[in-house]
Amino acid sequence: MRYHAPSSVAEAVKLAAGTTGITRFLSGGTDVLVQLRAGMVTPDDLIDLKKIPGLHDITKTADGGWRIGATVSGAEMRRHAALCADWPGVVEGMNLVGSTQVQGRATLAGNLCNGSPAADSVPGMVAAGARVVVTGPNGTRDVAVEDIPAGPGRTKLQPGEMIEAVLLPPRGTQGGDAYLRFIPRTEMDIAVVGVGISLTLDGDKVVSARVSLGAVAPTVLLVDAAAKAIIGTTLDEAALAALATAVRAAATPISDKRGTAEFRKEVVGVLAGRAARIAYDRAKGAAK
Amino acid sequence: MSRIHVTATVNGDAVEFLADPRDSLLDCLRDQLNLTGSKEGCGTGDCGACSVTVDGTLVCSCLVLGVEAQGKTIETVEGLAKGAELHPLQRKFIEHAALQCGFCTPGILVAAKALLAENPDPTETEIRFWLAGNLCRCTGYDKIIRAVQDAAAEMRGAA
Amino acid sequence: MAKDQTQGYRLIGTRPDRPDGLDKVTGRARYGADISAPGMLHAAVVRSPHAHAKILKIDATKALALPGVKAVITRADLPTGLTGEDWNLQENTLAGEKALYDGHAVAAVAATTKLIAQDAAKLVEVTYEVLPHVTDVDAAMAPGAPVIREGAADHSVPEGMHPNVVRYMDFGHGDMDAGFAAADLVREQSYKTEATHQGYIEPHACMAQMGADDRGEMWVCTQGHWYIRRMTSAVLGIDAAKLRVTPSEIGGGFGGKTTIFMEPLALALSQKAGGRPVKLVMSRSEVLRATGPTASASMDVKLGLKKDGTITAAQVKFRMQGGPYIGSSPVGEALSCAFACYDVPNVMHEGYEVLANRPKAAAYRAPGSPMAAFATESLLDEMCRELGLDPLKVRLKNAAKEGTKSSYGPTYNRIGLVESLEATMAHKNLLAPLGPNQGRGVASGFWFNWGGETSVSLCIGEDGTVTVSVGTPDIGGSRASIALMTAECLGIAYDKVRVNIVETGALGVNEPTHGSRATFASGLAAVEAAKQAMAEMCRRAAAEWDIDAEAVEWRDGAAHPAGPNAGKFPPLSIGEIGAKMGGTGGPISGHHEVTATTHGASFGVHVVDVEVDPETGRTTILRYLVVQDAGTAIHPAYVEGQYQGGAAQGIGWALNEEYVYGADGRLQNTVFLDYRVPVASDLPMIDTVIVEVPNPGHPYGVRGVGETGITPPLPAIANAIHAATGKRIRSLPMSPSKVLAAIKAQG
Ligand SMILES: Cc1cc2nc3c(=O)[nH]c(=O)nc-3n(C[C@H](O)[C@H](O)[C@H](O)COP(=O)(O)OP(=O)(O)OC[C@H]3O[C@@H](n4cnc5c(N)ncnc54)[C@H](O)[C@@H]3O)c2cc1C
Ligand code: FES
Ligand code: FES
Repeated sequence: MRYHAPSSVAEAVKLAAGTTGITRFLSGGTDVLVQLRAGMVTPDDLIDLKKIPGLHDITKTADGGWRIGATVSGAEMRRHAALCADWPGVVEGMNLVGSTQVQGRATLAGNLCNGSPAADSVPGMVAAGARVVVTGPNGTRDVAVEDIPAGPGRTKLQPGEMIEAVLLPPRGTQGGDAYLRFIPRTEMDIAVVGVGISLTLDGDKVVSARVSLGAVAPTVLLVDAAAKAIIGTTLDEAALAALATAVRAAATPISDKRGTAEFRKEVVGVLAGRAARIAYDRAKGAAK
Repeated sequence: MSRIHVTATVNGDAVEFLADPRDSLLDCLRDQLNLTGSKEGCGTGDCGACSVTVDGTLVCSCLVLGVEAQGKTIETVEGLAKGAELHPLQRKFIEHAALQCGFCTPGILVAAKALLAENPDPTETEIRFWLAGNLCRCTGYDKIIRAVQDAAAEMRGAA
Repeated sequence: MAKDQTQGYRLIGTRPDRPDGLDKVTGRARYGADISAPGMLHAAVVRSPHAHAKILKIDATKALALPGVKAVITRADLPTGLTGEDWNLQENTLAGEKALYDGHAVAAVAATTKLIAQDAAKLVEVTYEVLPHVTDVDAAMAPGAPVIREGAADHSVPEGMHPNVVRYMDFGHGDMDAGFAAADLVREQSYKTEATHQGYIEPHACMAQMGADDRGEMWVCTQGHWYIRRMTSAVLGIDAAKLRVTPSEIGGGFGGKTTIFMEPLALALSQKAGGRPVKLVMSRSEVLRATGPTASASMDVKLGLKKDGTITAAQVKFRMQGGPYIGSSPVGEALSCAFACYDVPNVMHEGYEVLANRPKAAAYRAPGSPMAAFATESLLDEMCRELGLDPLKVRLKNAAKEGTKSSYGPTYNRIGLVESLEATMAHKNLLAPLGPNQGRGVASGFWFNWGGETSVSLCIGEDGTVTVSVGTPDIGGSRASIALMTAECLGIAYDKVRVNIVETGALGVNEPTHGSRATFASGLAAVEAAKQAMAEMCRRAAAEWDIDAEAVEWRDGAAHPAGPNAGKFPPLSIGEIGAKMGGTGGPISGHHEVTATTHGASFGVHVVDVEVDPETGRTTILRYLVVQDAGTAIHPAYVEGQYQGGAAQGIGWALNEEYVYGADGRLQNTVFLDYRVPVASDLPMIDTVIVEVPNPGHPYGVRGVGETGITPPLPAIANAIHAATGKRIRSLPMSPSKVLAAIKAQG
C-alpha cells in the first residue's frame, strides 16, 4: 500500500487518475481503516485528502446556503452553531455516525462514498436537497447526493473522481429538517431503518417537502409519494398515516443480521411520522 | 514495502518512528514507541480502548494511520498525570472503584478528559452518550459515570 | 475510611484504594499484548472459512517463501494419540481431519512482524471439501442432521438418538405424578436462548518461548495459569514442570479465559523457529469466531403450583450445544441450577448435550444458570400472573433455606435467599410509579460458587511488612480483598500487605479465578497462612521471653503475653520480630494448601423496570435493582461492581446479544458493532443492596459474588416486558423485531 498526501485537489485527482490497482481516497478513514484491518480492501494507493487546504472549511455560500468541505468531520459540524441552526437534520444524521471518537474523524463525503445503504448522513442530505461538488480528470461538476450511490458499496463516481464539498441549499424561512434512525441499542449501531425529512411551511401548512429513506433499499431513496402525502396538510393524523403508507410502499428492504424485512417496513412508517413531526416543529420554531 | 519516517509530539515529547503505511497509530504507539497504555480491544473503532487525542480531537488511534501522525500533537493515557500528580479523573477512578479489570480504563480516561474540556458540567446522560464508544464489560458503567461526575465537580471547584 | 454494614471488623468492609489502581489508571499495568521480548516474532493463525469441511491439503510453500517468515505449523506438527478432553483441546487448537466450525484454526505462522505474519497467513493454501453443517441445537439432533463426529457419544445416551447427541443425564427426587396431581395449576412451556460471548474487552494474547529442550516460558492473559500449563503441556506432549507460565494483568475473562485457545501455537511456533519468543494476539473477530461463547439452549419446563403459590412439582428437559466436542456445554450445571432457589418436593431434570458446528463453548459467568433461570423463572412468573399472586411473595413462600434439600441433591447450609427477598421487598424501587408501556419484572438467581485447589504463601519481611503470593489472577480487585483479610487477621495496616499473583513455579497448583472463588479460596488460604505465620511469631516471642508459646497471644499486630500469669513483657511487634528473625530461627512464612469445599452458595434477586416502545418494540431499562447475598462484603465497592457488571451482561444477553449464523454456517456478527454488548447510554445506574449472611465455611464469612448476578436479568426482563406489553417472549434475545412481532400478533 502506498500512502500519498497531496496538497491540492488537482494533485489528488491526478494521482488517482494515474493509478492502476485499488485506489482509495482517505478522508476520516473510519471506513477505509476498518476495511483494511478486516482484510476486505487493501488499497494499492491511498490518497489522503486531509492535507489539502480548503477542503476543511465550512463556509456560507453566496446564495445563503452552505459549503462543507470534504474533510470536515462530524465533530466540526456539530460545533458550528449557524450550520446546526439551519440544517439540524443534516447535522444530526452525521452526528449519529459512530461514537464521539468516530465523530472526530468521519466525514459526510466518506459516509456517502462508502456506499452503505444504511449511511446515516445520506437521507438527511438527500432530504435537504444537497449536492456534491465532484472533481475528476475531466473537470468539476455538481451532482445531487441521491445520484451518487449505485448500490451497496458502489458509487457512480468515475475513476479518479473525488468529492470536494457538499453543498446545502439556503434554508429559507419556515423550514425544518430531521433525521431519525432505528437501532437496537442507543448508540454504536448501523441503522436498521433511517428517515430524513425536510419541509417548509406557510403558516401551519406544509408547502414543500422531501422524504428520504435509508437502509430499506440497495441505495438511499427519495420518495416523492411520501412528500406528496404531507404537502398541503398541517401534518394531521390523516397526513401522517398517508406518509407512513407511502414510505412503506416505497421500501424494499431485505432481511439480514440487523433486522427483518417486515420489521424494517413497519418501522420505516413509524419513524417517518416521528421525523416529520420533529421537522414540522422545527419549521414552526424557525417561523417565530 | 518501504516504511515512512514520521515525526510527532507525543505527551509533550518529540518522537520519531518508521511506519508501514498499513500500521495504525495505535500500532505505532504500542510497538514503536513502547507506549502500551493505549489498548487494542477491537482494532475497528468499536471499543474505544485505544482512545487518544490528536491535535486536541478525541479519536480511536486504531482508526488513524501512523503516517497520518506526521506533525501532529498526540496525547495518550501516559500523558494524563503531571509527573507524580494524578489527574483528578485518575484519582476519582481509583477512589470510586470505577475499574475492575482496568482494560477499558486508559481509553475512558482519555475520552472523559476530552469531554470535560468541552463540557465541564455534563449531565449523566451527556456522559453516557459521550462515552458510548468506550465499551466496558466489567462495571456496568455505574461507577465510571459517578467517577467522571465527581472529577468534574472537583475540577469545577478547582478552576 | 467509611465502614459499610459489616460489623465487628477493623478493615473488612472498608473501601481502600486497590493496590493495582495506580498502574491501571496510568497505563502502566501490563496486559497480555503489552509484553515483548528481544528477538520476538509475531504470529498469525489461518482459520477455516467453513462451518464443516474436510481438510484435504495444506500447502505452506508460498507462505514460507515470504521474506521474514520463520515457521508454519499445522496439526501434523503436534503429537498424536491424545484422548478425551486433551484430544478435544488439541483438536480445537488446530483442526485435524476436519474443520468443525467457522473460524477453526488450521495452521499458524510466525514472522518478524505482525504484518508479515498476517500476509503469510493469507498465503497458506488450504484445500477443503465442504460438508453439510448444522448450528442450531434442535436441528442438530433432528433426524437427517449432518453428523459432526461419528462415535463421539458416551454411554449415557439412550438408543436411537442422533449421533450428535453425545451426553444424556437425568436426576431428581420425589414423585412427579403425585406432585403434579397435587397442583391447582400445571403449565408447560418451551424456551430458547442463543449463544452469547463473554465479551471481555481484552482479546486473548500471549507470548511464548521454547527451545529444542522443551523448556518453555509463557506470558499469558488468563484466569488460570496452571490450567494453561496443564492443557498446553498435554496438547504439545511435554512435561508440565518444563513450562513456566506467568499471568499478565487480565482485561476481563468471565470464564472465557479459563482454557486454552491458541496459546500452544505460540509455544510450538517458537520451538520451530529456533526458540525465538513468539507473540500471538487475537483480533476481535477471532475472539468472537473461535473462542468462548456460551452454549445455546432449547428448554422445556413444567411446573405445578397450588393456588396459594406453593410449588408442588417441577420438571425440566434441557438441550444444549456447546460446539463440536463432548463436555463443553454446561447442561449439567443448568439442570442443577434450574430450581435451586426453591424448596421443591418433587423435581425431575433431564438433559441432552448436542454437538453443532460452532466454536467450543467455554465457561461464562455462572455457566448454565442464566439459561435455566430464563426458562424456569419466566414460567413461574407466568403462573403467578395467571393465579393473581405476587411474584416476590411466591418466591419467598417457596424459598430454599438452611436445611432445605436442594433441587440438585445436597442439603443447604446457611444461605441468604430469604434475607435477599426480604431486602428486595423493602426496597424503594418497588414503590416507583410506572407509566404507560412500562412494566416491572422480578426474578431470583443462584450460583453454587466454588472452592477448589488453592495454594497460597505468605512471608514476613524484615520490616514487618507482609507479602502474600497467590495463584488466582486478579480480575476485579481481589488483591485488595485478600490484602484486607490478611491485614485484618494479622492486625496490621492494609497498606503493609502486598499481594502478588505469582507464576506457576512459585506455588502449588491453583485452579483459575473461576467459580467466584478467588476472594473466597485464596482469601481463606491467605488467612490460614497468616495464622501459621502468627503462630510462628508467637513462638519467636515466647523464645525471647523464655515462656511457653501457648502463653503468647497475637493481637493488634504484635505478640503479647496471653495474661497476667504469662509474665509481664512489653509487646513484640511484627516489625520487631521481623527485624530479628534471621537470628531467631530464620525467615518466617506461612503457607496453606487446600482443595476448598466449604464455599457457600450465593442467591440474588433482581427487579427491573422497563419501557417498551409499542411502535418499534425497543426496550429501555428504566430502573435496575440487584439484591444479593455476599456472605461478607470484604471490599464492598468491588462487590457492588460485580453485581452491576453481572446485571449489565445479563441485560445484554436478554435484549441484544446473540450469535447470528448465516445459511452458510458462518458467523455474521464478528465485530462489536454487530455483536451488541450494552454501551454506556443503554443503561441506567444499577442499584445494589449487599445482603450479608456469612458463609460458615470461611473465616470471614465470604461467599463468592461474581457469578450469580448474570442469572436473574434474563427472566426479570422477560417478566417486565410481559408486564409492559402483555406479551411473553420465550426466546432470547428479546430484540426489537421479536418484541414488535409479538405486540403485532393477534391475541
Ligand atoms: C465504530 C464505527 C461506527 C460507525 N457507525 C456508523 C453509523 O452509525 N452510521 C453510519 O452511517 N456509518 C457508521 N460508520 C461508518 C463510517 O464511520 C462512516 O461511513 C463515515 O462517515 C465515513 O467517513 P470517513 O471520512 O471516515 O470515510 P473514509 O473511511 O475516509 O472513506 C470512506 C469511503 O469513501 C471514499 N471517500 C472518502 N472521501 C472521499 C471523497 N472526498 N471523494 C471520494 N471518495 C471519498 C473512500 O475512498 C472510502 O471508499 C461507523 C464506523 C465505525 C468505525
Ligand atoms: S481498539 Fe480502537 S476502538 Fe477498539
Ligand atoms: S473494567 Fe474491565 S472492561 Fe472496563
